[in-house]
Amino acid sequence: MIRFEGVGKRYATGREALVDASFHVTPGEMVFLTGHSGAGKSTLLKLIAAIERPTRGEVIVGRQKISELRRAAVAPFRRHIGMVFQDHKLLYDRPVYDNVALPLVVDGVPRREIDKRVRAALDQVGLLGRETGFPMELSTGEQQRVGIARAVVSRPSILIADEPTGNLDPDLAIDVMGIFQRFHGVGTTVVIATHDVHLIERFPVRRLHLGQGRVLRDEPAATDVGGGPTGGQP
Amino acid sequence: MTDEKLTASKRGFRARLDGWLERHAQVGVASIGRLYSRPVATLMVWLVIGVALALPALLQVVVRNLEAVGPGQGRAYSIDVFLKPTLGTARVQQVAERVGARDDVARVELITAEQGLAEFRVRSGFGEALDALTENPLPATLIITPAPSASTTAAMAALRKDLSQISEVDQVVADTQWLERLQALLTISRRVSEGAGILLAVAVLLVVGQVVRGDIETRRAEIEVSKLLGASDGFVRRPFLYTGLWYGLGGGLVAWLLVVVAVYLASPGVAQVAALYGSDFQLLGLPLVGYCSLVATGAALGWLGSGIAATWRLRQLEPSV
Repeated sequence: MIRFEGVGKRYATGREALVDASFHVTPGEMVFLTGHSGAGKSTLLKLIAAIERPTRGEVIVGRQKISELRRAAVAPFRRHIGMVFQDHKLLYDRPVYDNVALPLVVDGVPRREIDKRVRAALDQVGLLGRETGFPMELSTGEQQRVGIARAVVSRPSILIADEPTGNLDPDLAIDVMGIFQRFHGVGTTVVIATHDVHLIERFPVRRLHLGQGRVLRDEPAATDVGGGPTGGQP
Repeated sequence: MTDEKLTASKRGFRARLDGWLERHAQVGVASIGRLYSRPVATLMVWLVIGVALALPALLQVVVRNLEAVGPGQGRAYSIDVFLKPTLGTARVQQVAERVGARDDVARVELITAEQGLAEFRVRSGFGEALDALTENPLPATLIITPAPSASTTAAMAALRKDLSQISEVDQVVADTQWLERLQALLTISRRVSEGAGILLAVAVLLVVGQVVRGDIETRRAEIEVSKLLGASDGFVRRPFLYTGLWYGLGGGLVAWLLVVVAVYLASPGVAQVAALYGSDFQLLGLPLVGYCSLVATGAALGWLGSGIAATWRLRQLEPSV
């Protein structure tokens, strides 16, 4: 599903975020990307979402080589990928409903269908009934869950998350991680960048440990598939 | 789900079309709402565009009115032929028919000496003095309207020469000099109107472009998030195109209003001047199609200006995470 072959990424500033990263994530797999800040986790996710392009090597998502993605093809490509950000990237002047509906609106889904799917997505993150609220009225954890609902509302085949629990206290973090695990349980490929050691230890999924722009360790899942130890719904 | 294929959204053409129409309607209405939420700024933009469009339109009005007083409008462009006073009625009739048969003459109006006298009596107020005359001092007159094909100054001169060579003709009077001046003035006015039109159209494009750029900056977060979620350039640009369209449309309507008001305000003065020249000339506005094209031009310029600005700016706005 996601294949990195000797990928390097050097930014215009000269910073070399990735030097030689190679790995393969199979469909439906759930992976933690770990490593210190600056290890290249964010860059790696950006390459998957075609926000950045590799300067060396090949990034292949689905069948698509990111380096060969034409400008006009980037938008349709991104619709297959759900993204969750540490800072949520919600639109604070829009109600929750509009935020979650945005990927569907962008994709031209008819209104009736949008309605159904937004409700379903909010239900999955435990926020059904909060459609008319504004993000500012929600707690950080709830905002993050709105972000997740938005990421999954278009039923993407790949879900990537950059430090999705970075701003959350441990209990909330576990809640959020549980949500990710449920999507993994229904076949979505999930890649989560995190440096939250406690969290990593609680979930027995495959870990790619990044450092110096490379994959330093690739630890397979202890017991893959299925709910984690505390992956319950809030 | 397989490794090869990312799940594509499979929807029928009909559903896609519905979605497309729905989005356009939604975006169009939403952009009106956005303008409505800051009425003063919107009004200012409408006024600027309105004034810019009204200026060439008013020049157009001037041209139109100059054309109306100019060639082809009856007596204003005619040749008066005074026949020799001694001719009998039959001769006069004969001459009138001969002249009327010419290709370069559209119409001949015969004013017999008697008719001329009667008209003079009514108009001049010298009725009693005229009674004192034993014979009619006025000659028979032919008022000739040249054919449209003979409306050039050269053709006019030729026609005048021919007419003056007819033996029964005493005098040919045609004031073509003012006509030449008028035509020169008309030519200049048309050029100025066109030039001003082009310049001010560019001004409208720039104004709309600049305003839309401002709109883009204020909605930057939304644009970047939308792009992250897979919004195409077209999708991101659409609301700004509608905003530009409404700016232009509103500006066009303001221009319409300005022209109508200007014509209304100028009309009494023009009528007064016309009256001094013994004319019942009425100041003309633009024809309805002119007003409509004014509004359409505004809308088109708004759409185009915002399209150029948005396309250019949105290409630079790649999301940064």
